Amino acid sequence: MAAVTAGSGAGSGPAGSPEATGGSTGGGGWRRPHGPLQRYYGPSTAEAAEAAPDPTDINGPHFDPEVFMTKVRNECPLGQLLAREAALGREIRALDSDMQTLLYENYNKFISATDTIRKMKVDFRHMEAEMDDLAANMAAISASSARVSAALQDRHRRGAQLAGVQALLRKLQALVEVPGRLRCWAGTEPARALRCHARARAVLRHYRHLPSFRAIEDESHAIMADLARRLRTRLREEKLDPKELTECVEMLLQLEEPAEELSEEFLSQAGTRLEAELAALEAELPAADPSGTATTPPPPASDILDFVDRGSSAFVGTLCQLAGSYRALFGGDTGRLEPFAAALATRYFTLLERRLALERGLGDTSLLVRALDRFHRRLRALLELLPAGADAAAALVARAARERVDRYLRALQTFFLGCLGDVRQALAAPRPPGKEGPGLPDLLATLAASVLGQLKAVLAYVQLFTARDVAFASLPYFKGEFCVTAVREGLVVAFVRWLCRTARGFADGPAERGAPAAPPALLLLLARLCLDYENSTISYILTLTDEQFPPQDSGPAVTPGPALCAEARAAAQRLLDHYVQVQGAAVAQMLRKSVETRDWLGTVEPRNVRAVMKRVVEDITAIDVQVGQLFEEGVRRAQSSDSSRRAFSVYSSSRAPGRYAPSYTPSAPMDTHLLSNIQKLFSERIDIFSPVEFNKVSVLTGIIKISLKTLLECVRLRTLGRFGLQQVQVDGHYLQLYLWRFASDERVVQGLLDEVAASAAHRCLDPVPMEHSVVELICERG
Amino acid sequence: MEDDAPVIYGLEFQARALTPQTAETDAIRFLVGTQSLRYDNQIHIIDFDDENNIINKNVLLHQVGEIWHISTSPADKGVLATCYNKTSDTKVMTCAAVWRMPKELESGSHESPDDSSSNTQTLELLCHLDNTAHGNMACVMWEPMGDGKKIISLADNNILLWDLEESSAKAVLSSSAALEGKGQLKFTSGRWSPHHNCTQIATANDTAVRGWDTRSMRQIYCIENAHGQLVRDLDFNPNKQYYLASCGDDCKVKFWDTRNVTEPVKTLEEHSHWVWNVRYNHSHDQLILTGSSDSRVILSNMVSISSEPFGHMVDDDELSDQEDQHQEEKIKEPLQDSVIATYEEHEDSVYAVEWSSADPWLFASLSYDGRLVINRVPRALKYHILL
Repeated sequence: MAAVTAGSGAGSGPAGSPEATGGSTGGGGWRRPHGPLQRYYGPSTAEAAEAAPDPTDINGPHFDPEVFMTKVRNECPLGQLLAREAALGREIRALDSDMQTLLYENYNKFISATDTIRKMKVDFRHMEAEMDDLAANMAAISASSARVSAALQDRHRRGAQLAGVQALLRKLQALVEVPGRLRCWAGTEPARALRCHARARAVLRHYRHLPSFRAIEDESHAIMADLARRLRTRLREEKLDPKELTECVEMLLQLEEPAEELSEEFLSQAGTRLEAELAALEAELPAADPSGTATTPPPPASDILDFVDRGSSAFVGTLCQLAGSYRALFGGDTGRLEPFAAALATRYFTLLERRLALERGLGDTSLLVRALDRFHRRLRALLELLPAGADAAAALVARAARERVDRYLRALQTFFLGCLGDVRQALAAPRPPGKEGPGLPDLLATLAASVLGQLKAVLAYVQLFTARDVAFASLPYFKGEFCVTAVREGLVVAFVRWLCRTARGFADGPAERGAPAAPPALLLLLARLCLDYENSTISYILTLTDEQFPPQDSGPAVTPGPALCAEARAAAQRLLDHYVQVQGAAVAQMLRKSVETRDWLGTVEPRNVRAVMKRVVEDITAIDVQVGQLFEEGVRRAQSSDSSRRAFSVYSSSRAPGRYAPSYTPSAPMDTHLLSNIQKLFSERIDIFSPVEFNKVSVLTGIIKISLKTLLECVRLRTLGRFGLQQVQVDGHYLQLYLWRFASDERVVQGLLDEVAASAAHRCLDPVPMEHSVVELICERG
Repeated sequence: MEDDAPVIYGLEFQARALTPQTAETDAIRFLVGTQSLRYDNQIHIIDFDDENNIINKNVLLHQVGEIWHISTSPADKGVLATCYNKTSDTKVMTCAAVWRMPKELESGSHESPDDSSSNTQTLELLCHLDNTAHGNMACVMWEPMGDGKKIISLADNNILLWDLEESSAKAVLSSSAALEGKGQLKFTSGRWSPHHNCTQIATANDTAVRGWDTRSMRQIYCIENAHGQLVRDLDFNPNKQYYLASCGDDCKVKFWDTRNVTEPVKTLEEHSHWVWNVRYNHSHDQLILTGSSDSRVILSNMVSISSEPFGHMVDDDELSDQEDQHQEEKIKEPLQDSVIATYEEHEDSVYAVEWSSADPWLFASLSYDGRLVINRVPRALKYHILL
C-alpha cells in the first residue's frame, strides 16, 4: 500500500488507489480526467508490477475487458449496470475531446519550430565570409606595430639613464650640503642636525676613500664633535629641567658618547635637581633640633596637605620622570638607578615624617588623611620602579595614622578629666539654700553622654583613615591591624581601661596620705558610671567599633568584651566599697568621738536622745537620698511585724558547724553570759567592711554596719555609770527606730544594737536599765 | 589532722589582756587578764601540753581592778606587770603595777585542774608605777632581752622610763618625755625595739606612729597618718631592724621601713573590721599574726619583706649533692606573700594575739567573750620553712 501511495505521488491521484478502483462501485473513480494520461506517460515499473494482478481495474494497464464485463455482469444489478454504462459512455466522450484538443495545440508548435530551423540555415552562410575579412585585417595591424616599437627603443633607453643620473646628482648635492646644514642647525636645532647627520653618516662612511667625501665627513664630524662638546657642557653646567636633560642625554647617546659615563652624569644632574626640590621642602620645616629638647616650634607656614602636594608634585613627579627617562635611555639596567632613587626617597620620607611630627594638634584629620592619601597615590608610580620603597611608605602612613590615633586617645583622656573636673566643681559649688543644684543623675547623664559623644566623634574621625576612597585604606595594614590593634585595642579598649583605672584611682589612691580625697558623691557617680559601662556602654562601644572597623578573622587577638566588662565591674565595686567606707568612716568617727569624749560615769539621767545620734540619722538619711539618686532600691528581707522590739532574738539561721572538733575546756562553774553566747552561736557572722551590692539598700546597710560596729567597740572601751547605760539604751533605741528602714535586713541593725546594749550593760558599774516605756517616750519626744 | 585542731579554753569573764611568759623558753605558757567590773578579776596562767593537747590552768586573783594590759618580765618568770582600772563611783583611773606570782606557779602547774576553783592564790605586789601626775596607763613594756630592770609605760601623752630597784620592789622614774600638740593626745600602744641595743621604742597615737630614743627621750621618726584612722597596735620585726608593722581601724596592716616613712613597704587588707593586734613571729619573721574585731585571726606569710625572702639559707659546704638538688628546687618556686590561714574559732572581737615564747609554731588568740584559742602554724608550711 505504501508503495502505491509513493508511486502515485507524482500524479497525486487518489483516484488511482486500489480501493477506489477495486471497489464494486468503480463508477465514481473519474474525478480528475488528467490522472490516466499522466499515468500513461510516466508509469513506474514498480507501480506496474504492483498493480498488475488486478485485471478489473479499468484504468490499470492490465485491464481485461472480458474479465471486467464478466465480473460486472455477475455482480451488479441491472440499475447499476445501466448507470455504469451511461457513465462509461460519458467518460469516453470526454476523453475523445481531450485528445483532440491536445493534438491541435502540439501541431501548431511543431510547425513554427520547423520554420525557425530553416531561417537559421540561411544566416550562417553570411557570417562565414565576414570572419575571413577580419582575420586579414588583424595581420596587417600587427606588422605595422612591430615597426613602430623598433624605431622608438633607443630613445627610451637614453631617457631612463638621464633620470638615474639626476637622482644621483641630487643625493650628492644633499651630501655636500650636510656640513652647512649641520652647522646651521647645530646651534639652534641640535635635534634636527642629529637626524640629518644620522642619515648622512652611513653614506659618508661608505665613500670615505674618496677625498671629497672624506672632506665632507670630516667636516660634519667636526661639527658633530663640537655639538657633542656643547651638549656636554650644557649637561654639566646648566640647570636643565628633566625634559631638556633627557633630550640632551638622548642626543649625546646618538652621538655615540659612552653610555656609562652619560648615565652617571645624568644621575648627578638629576640628583642636583632633586636635591634642590628636597631643599625647598626642607626649608619649610623648622630647623631640626638635634638636642631633642625642642621648644614648641612655630606652627608650620602651610598645612600638611599643601606640603604633601608640593612634595609629591615637585619631588615625586620629577623623580618619576627622571627614572622613566633613565630607563628609556639606558635600557633595563637599573643597577645604578635603584640605590640613587632609594636614597632620595628615604630622604623624602624623612622630611615628610618630620613634617608629620609637626602635626601636634588634632587639627583637621580629613586634611591629614587627604595628604597621606595623596602621598600614597603619587608614590605608587614611583614604587613601580622602586619596589623596596613600598614598605617604607606604607610604614610611614601607618605610623602617621597610629600617631594620630594615639593623639586622639590622649585627647579623649584629657576630655574625660575635664568632664570630671566639671562634675567636681558642680558637686563642690555652694548651693543656695532651698535650691537644689543639678542632681546626680543629671550630672551622670551629662558626663556619660559627653564622653560617649566624644568617643563617637573620635571614631568618626579615625574612620576617615579607612574610607573607601582613600587609596592606602586598601593596604593590608589598614584592613586588619589598624582596625584591631590601633583603633579597637589602642583607642577604644585603651580608653575604657584607662577610664576604669582612673575611676579606681579615686578609690585606691591618695585617700589617706596627702592629696585631697575625692568627694563621696563623686565616688558614687563614678561607681554608677562604671556600672553602666559594664552593663551596656562597653558592648555598645565595641559593637560600634567592630561595625565601623570590621576586624579580620585572622587578625591579632582582641580583648573580648566580657574582660572589659569585668574590669569595669571591678572598678565599680571598688568605688562603691570605697564610698561605703568613706561615708561609714565619717559617721563612725562622729560616733567614736562622741563616746570617747563623754564622761559616762558622771552623767545625769538621760532626758533626751543625744544630739549626735540625731546627726547620725540625718547624715544617713542624706546618704540614702544621695545613693537613691543613682542606684536602685534593692531587695529587703521580709520585715518582722514588730520593728521596735528590744529583746534578744534568737536567730533562726544557724552557723555551719566548724571544721575542727575543738576540745572545749570549761573553766568556769557558770557562764555569766550564757544567753548572749548562745545567741551568738546561732547568729550569722557579720562582715563589717565587706563588698556591697549595687543597690541602695546594700550600700546603706554597709554604712550602718560600720557605724554601729564602731559604736559597739567604743562602748566596750568605756566604763559606764547607771545613767550612762541608760543613755546608751535611749540612743540605741532611737537608732533602731530610724535606721531599720535603711537596712536590707532589719535584724542586722537589731543584732548590732543588741550587742551594744549588752556590752554597755557589761561595762556598767550599776546596771539598772531604764524602763522600756520611758525609753520609748524619750525617743518619741526627741 | 588531729594535731592541727585548735584548742579552746573559756574564761568566765571578758578579757582583753594576753601575754606569753616571756622568760619561759621551754613550756608553752600564756597569761590572760580578765575584765570584770563586778567580780574579782583574775589572771589565768595557761599551760599548754603540746604532746597531749591538754590545757592546764592556774588562777591568780587580781583584786585591784580589771586588767587592760599585761606583760611579763623577760628575765624573771615570776614577774609581770599589769595595767588595771581603778574604779570609784565617779572616776576611772588606769594604774600600773609590777607583781610577782607565787613561786610554785612560776614554772608550770603541778596541780590537777579539779581543785583550781577552790584554790585560788593571790599575786604579790612588788611596786606601783606612780602615775598620779601622768594620767591613765595604756601599757607597760619591758626592755627586751634585758635583765628585767627597765620598763617603760605609756600614760596618756607621757612616756615614762622606770628603773626597778631592790629586786623590783621599788620603781624609780628615771626619765620621761611628753608628746605635745594640739588637742588631747593619748598613746594607744607601744613596742620596745629589740634592735639598736634596745634604745628605741615606737608608740602609736591617733593615726601616727612615732619612734623614740630612750637615751635622749626624743622623737627620732614620725609616720604621720600611718593609717586612715586610729592606729591600734604595732610590732618590730625581730630580725630586720628597720622594719615595723602597724595595724589600725582602717582594717589594714601596714609594714614600714622606718628609714623611709613616706610610704608603707606593704599593705595587707584582709580583715573586715579594725585590726587590734599585729605580731611578728619571733623566729620566722615572715609569719604575721593579726587579730581583729571581725572575730578573725589571720596568719599571713610575708615572705617578700622578711629576713628570709628566698627561704632558709644553708651554707653551701654543708650540703651534700642531694641536698643541693633539693635547694635548687626550692629556689625554683619562690614563695609568694599570702594569707596562710584564717581562724574563725572566735565569736566575738579578738583583741589580742600572741606567739608562744617557747614554741615558734604556736600562738594564742583571745576574744572579748573570754575565749582563748591556741593554734599552730599549718604543718605543711612549717616544713616548708624549715626544710
